[in-house]
Amino acid sequence: MAVDLNKLHLRAPWQDLTTGMMIHAGGTSVEFHTGEWTAVKPSIDQDKCKKCGRCHMVCPDSAIVVRVVDNARMEGPGCGKTALDRMYQVDTDHCKGCGICAYNCPFDAIEMEGM
Amino acid sequence: MTSLKEFMDRPDRLAPGHRMCAGCGATIAARNVLKAVKPEDHVVVTNATGCMEVSTFMYPYTAWQDSYIHNAFENASATTSGVEAAYKLMKKKGKLKEDENFKFITFGGDGGTYDIGFQSLSGAMERNCDYTYVCYDNGAYMNTGIQRSSATPMYADTTTTPVGSKSNGKPQNRKDLTNILVEHDIPYAAQTTFFKNFSDLYKKSEKAIYTKGASFLNIMTPCPRGWRYNTPEIMDICELAVETCYWPMYEVENGVFRLTYEPKKKLPVEEFLVKQGRFKHLFKPENEHLIEEFQMEVDRRWENLLKRCR
Ligand SMILES: Cc1ncc(C[n+]2csc(CCOP(=O)(O)OP(=O)(O)O)c2C)c(N)n1
Ligand code: SF4
Ligand code: SF4
Ligand code: SF4
Ligand SMILES: [Mg+2]
Repeated sequence: MAVDLNKLHLRAPWQDLTTGMMIHAGGTSVEFHTGEWTAVKPSIDQDKCKKCGRCHMVCPDSAIVVRVVDNARMEGPGCGKTALDRMYQVDTDHCKGCGICAYNCPFDAIEMEGM
Repeated sequence: MTSLKEFMDRPDRLAPGHRMCAGCGATIAARNVLKAVKPEDHVVVTNATGCMEVSTFMYPYTAWQDSYIHNAFENASATTSGVEAAYKLMKKKGKLKEDENFKFITFGGDGGTYDIGFQSLSGAMERNCDYTYVCYDNGAYMNTGIQRSSATPMYADTTTTPVGSKSNGKPQNRKDLTNILVEHDIPYAAQTTFFKNFSDLYKKSEKAIYTKGASFLNIMTPCPRGWRYNTPEIMDICELAVETCYWPMYEVENGVFRLTYEPKKKLPVEEFLVKQGRFKHLFKPENEHLIEEFQMEVDRRWENLLKRCR
């Protein structure tokens, strides 16, 4: 049984609520955009980024997304699954602008920017 | 052994969109502990009341990708015990696939762990229930407005130990809960926080989760609201807690103590205190002796720990 989030708004009649208020799905909070809470957002300079992953680990909001690109099948030098195959990006829909990632980037690759 | 990169590349089991304050340490702990679970395994998370629970599970929004049960402060561990017992039975009766593995993890704040949920925690530990209890210790009942708990450090300013002309904050020392859990003679107990490249937290979480039987992790998770420090500096605060030996990094495996990090030169505890508004009053000239007292307690506990590690 999946939950239809659209039905479960604040004024939903009790008949539409799930038994025991159970949520029959995982990670439904992505539908809630906490990114609206902030007026500043980090911006990652991809040229400066050394892919160390620190920003991803320290974010309280799982808002630095790692994309692992598998280059193993490509040919030529620098191929194979190396650190360079990762790309760190900010999920602006959810980032709350706390500034932890920017402060802790060892390579000064993150700038907090006003919107 | 799982590599640091492997831990990092694992998909998050805690989704964004939860309502914790910006910069909260508690969810940094939850996310990274869960990265220690093998991607093919499932988790049943139980959660005592507290910031983490009220903010990650707001009907119909859940931040948890795994099964999640909120129960009261008093019985988070008892709930886990029950679920774990049911799981074992289902497995035995063949109602679950042979290769379908579940891990049981309970999260509780310090109020829910050191104080209110202690009885059921102690019981589940004594029964050696196959689960991991993770205490995210932010040193007060934060969700209800920063009331002191038995984890609150001495002299901290909280709303129930307010600093004023007659009070210097909490008059008592904090409870050393990790040690109390060690004395339960469980297979694994450890203390950690956000330190350097997080490998300490990942390794301890992996050990705790994949140790058969009961395990306990105590993670110091700064709370920018209650501690009143500059939010982005969370890792500095943690580092200072470790380098001053206020929050020693150690683990106890089957009764054997091991320091997992030893500061080269122990820093004075005031370097940890000075960054936090909750200790501001200690830096008035007439309160110098209070910092000395604080230091003596840190030294005493550190020396005791060293004795047990050697
Ligand atoms: C038995 C009981 N007493 C009191 C409360 C009110 N209450 C809700 S959250 C909370 C604070 C919990 O503190 P802690 O466990 O340290 O977690 P934190 O909020 O700091 O994350 C309290 C007192 C409750 N829900 N149940
Ligand atoms: S912390 Fe900085 S260098 Fe490291 S991955 Fe993030 S942006 Fe890149
Ligand atoms: S500013 Fe804070 S919430 Fe936003 S991505 Fe950085 S660490 Fe995460
Ligand atoms: S009050 Fe503190 S512990 Fe609670 S969500 Fe806010 S920062 Fe986190
Ligand atoms: Mg607390």
